[in-house]
Amino acid sequence: METPFAILIGLFFAAAIYLMLSKHTVRILLGIVLLGNAVNLLLFTTGRLTREVPPIIPNGMDALPAGAANPLPQALILTAIVISFSFFAFLLVLTYRAYQELGTDNTDEMRLAEPRDEERPPMGY
Amino acid sequence: MNTLILRTVAPVLTALMLLFSVFVLLRGHNEPGGGFIGGLIAASALAIYGIAFGVSAVRRAIRFHPMAIAGAGLLLAALSGLISIFAGVPFMTGLWIYPEILGVEVPVATVMSFDIGVYLVVVGAITSIALALEQEETEPAEAIGEQPLVRVKRPRKPAHKPKERG
Amino acid sequence: MAAPSTDLSAALVLAAPAIADWLVVLPVVLMIGVGALLMMVRKSVRLHGTIAISGLVLLVLLDAALLMRVSIQGPVTMVMGRWLPPFGIAFTADLFGSLMALVSAVVALAAGVFALRDIDAAGRRYGFFPFLMLLMAGVSGAFLTGDIFNLYVWFEVLLISSFGLLILGSEPEQIDGALKYAVLNLIGTTLFLIAVGYLYAIFGTLNMADIAGKASGFRETAPLVTLTALFILAFAMKAAAFPVNFWLPASYHTPRIVVSALFGGLLTKVGIYALIRVTVMLFPVEREELSFVVAISAALTMVIGALGALAQNDLRRLVGYVVIVGIGNMLAGVAIGTPAAVSGSILYALHSVVTMTALYLMAGEAARLGGAWTLSALGGLYRRAPGFSAASLALFLAAAGLPPLSGLWPKLVLLKASLDIGAWWLAAAILLSAFIVTMALARVFLLAYWRPRSEPVLEMVPELVTAIDWRIAWPLGCLTALSIFFGLFPETVLDLSQRAAAGLAEPSAYIGSVFPGGAAP
Repeated sequence: METPFAILIGLFFAAAIYLMLSKHTVRILLGIVLLGNAVNLLLFTTGRLTREVPPIIPNGMDALPAGAANPLPQALILTAIVISFSFFAFLLVLTYRAYQELGTDNTDEMRLAEPRDEERPPMGY
Repeated sequence: MNTLILRTVAPVLTALMLLFSVFVLLRGHNEPGGGFIGGLIAASALAIYGIAFGVSAVRRAIRFHPMAIAGAGLLLAALSGLISIFAGVPFMTGLWIYPEILGVEVPVATVMSFDIGVYLVVVGAITSIALALEQEETEPAEAIGEQPLVRVKRPRKPAHKPKERG
Repeated sequence: MAAPSTDLSAALVLAAPAIADWLVVLPVVLMIGVGALLMMVRKSVRLHGTIAISGLVLLVLLDAALLMRVSIQGPVTMVMGRWLPPFGIAFTADLFGSLMALVSAVVALAAGVFALRDIDAAGRRYGFFPFLMLLMAGVSGAFLTGDIFNLYVWFEVLLISSFGLLILGSEPEQIDGALKYAVLNLIGTTLFLIAVGYLYAIFGTLNMADIAGKASGFRETAPLVTLTALFILAFAMKAAAFPVNFWLPASYHTPRIVVSALFGGLLTKVGIYALIRVTVMLFPVEREELSFVVAISAALTMVIGALGALAQNDLRRLVGYVVIVGIGNMLAGVAIGTPAAVSGSILYALHSVVTMTALYLMAGEAARLGGAWTLSALGGLYRRAPGFSAASLALFLAAAGLPPLSGLWPKLVLLKASLDIGAWWLAAAILLSAFIVTMALARVFLLAYWRPRSEPVLEMVPELVTAIDWRIAWPLGCLTALSIFFGLFPETVLDLSQRAAAGLAEPSAYIGSVFPGGAAP
């Protein structure tokens, strides 16, 4: 089961990196979303894939039944999903605001904080 | 989106969803559910109300600012972790009492108050994003200001909660 | 309900923890609690300052008590929810973590007092102080946690509160800087998460003490060098080391000056802390393999940062490049990797937290007195505020690493360590970068302080502010005094950082604190 997942994760990473290499903020944003999903899938796969038993303790038992899936990566993914979701919400608003304020979505032209023709410091008194 | 159908259904739907969110919250004790998912349901209920009646109606209806609700939840969660200092057990240990209410034994735990805290944090944070996004072009600066507190701390809970009976 | 009962007592902590053990979690809980309280009273802005400052004072006291305990008794551990490590999340404070926590708490207190004046009512209503508290919760959590996924969570906590602080004011420049900062830092933490995923796949545990104990057993079979390289890249990105440092000069000069001060002092140092923790304590053998790459990166970080500082006209951007030079120095210690070099890095980190924060605050005050941020417009500060100028000169000397201030000792330790292993070119890079930084800062002093102020600029300043506010004088004065104290009496800090480095190189005390009954099965 792990091999197809490994290929899938590789594809996700490739697409994410390709998108993030773009100049345009929206594509970068989409790349980041894909990257987050790639990582979640990666975490899921690192816990070893089993498809038999969900990690829920049945009524009347104190421990997980044998052969249950590993619950820890699922907890990690849940945390990572929440975090990447909140970051995505923030970045979305930030990108929109940047588009409004700076009038462009091209990162090459976002030079407000680092102006191109910046003054050099004086060489003498 | 402001149709008559939505406006007629929204109050009922919101009330039902809020009720359901509390059910999911309490169910999360021993079965799938919990504060996080309950909070999401409650936040979407408020979002629906906002779509139907506007953002200010929601703000009036919940009385407190969403961020204040989130703050209260965070404080509650932190405090319920701290209670175990008095019981001589490590931080975040679940403590249980079993008071009799109307002849029924009701288990009450710090796990539950922690979960209620998570519920409030999620309701507050998600509602404040949803309201900020629904609010059209009025105060974008505040819209962005609301975002960063979205962080929701999901502690890794063991799948099985220790529970000493009796 | 005849349950086939499993004996859970083997997985549970049964002994009651000492009350003093609570010191490990209290800094984080306190900051979260105070932050939550401030969020609840968001409307009553006047209360914010009082609540936040009392919280920060308490934080300093807690961290000091923690450091005392750790330095006397060795590492302290508390496991959440009574679950034994490696199942439960452990908070473990060793000397390194608690030293960093204390220094960052002191710096946060100074910045908080400074903010009383610097942040107006609008900024407070927006939530400066709650964000500050959550930032400190993230920073303290990162320094005190003993679980690597938990470290990731604290990274995200401090990252998201830093976003909030960065765009306080929402000026177009800030949006521009924040976009670059947010995207690149998010990619950095995602890399960290990828590394954590692989780590879990290899070890099946996330507890740092457990990993440190088990690493030697996996060395033959698992690709640990790749894993370590991934960690180094992720933390280098957070710390702004050379090939991945460009987000720092692009964003650190845009927010309010007190926010810049906090970031310059704390955030990059959290990256360095994590780098040292993971490479030196968990994967020392793999660090050895990669040391040459890290050393090159360190040398380039130093020299390029110093050259950048030389080319800047804006005071804030100049200080940003000085921060990068410091990162290069700390990275050099990691590259060399001997206990002496690591103690140099730790010492440098402590010095840098204090000095960089003070430098940013100083730049803010200089701009307030002089009415401009640029060197070409500033002038005549020495005549107007001699005391402030003296403090600035002291900070410049400290940042450049000149005696008798705090920058000298870590540089000396690092130089000696690099010459001991024969890496003369690393030593040369340290000296060269220190020389260029001295030039850059000397020019700041010449132009902004000594140069008589030209008349036309003077007209532009609306009012001449001459009285120095206590909310500015105290934080700046105390940080400068701390820096001078580190410089004149380095024995205590030197000794502590050496012991911290020894504890990282030989983590048996750390592991013993997490697993009191011997290593996990």
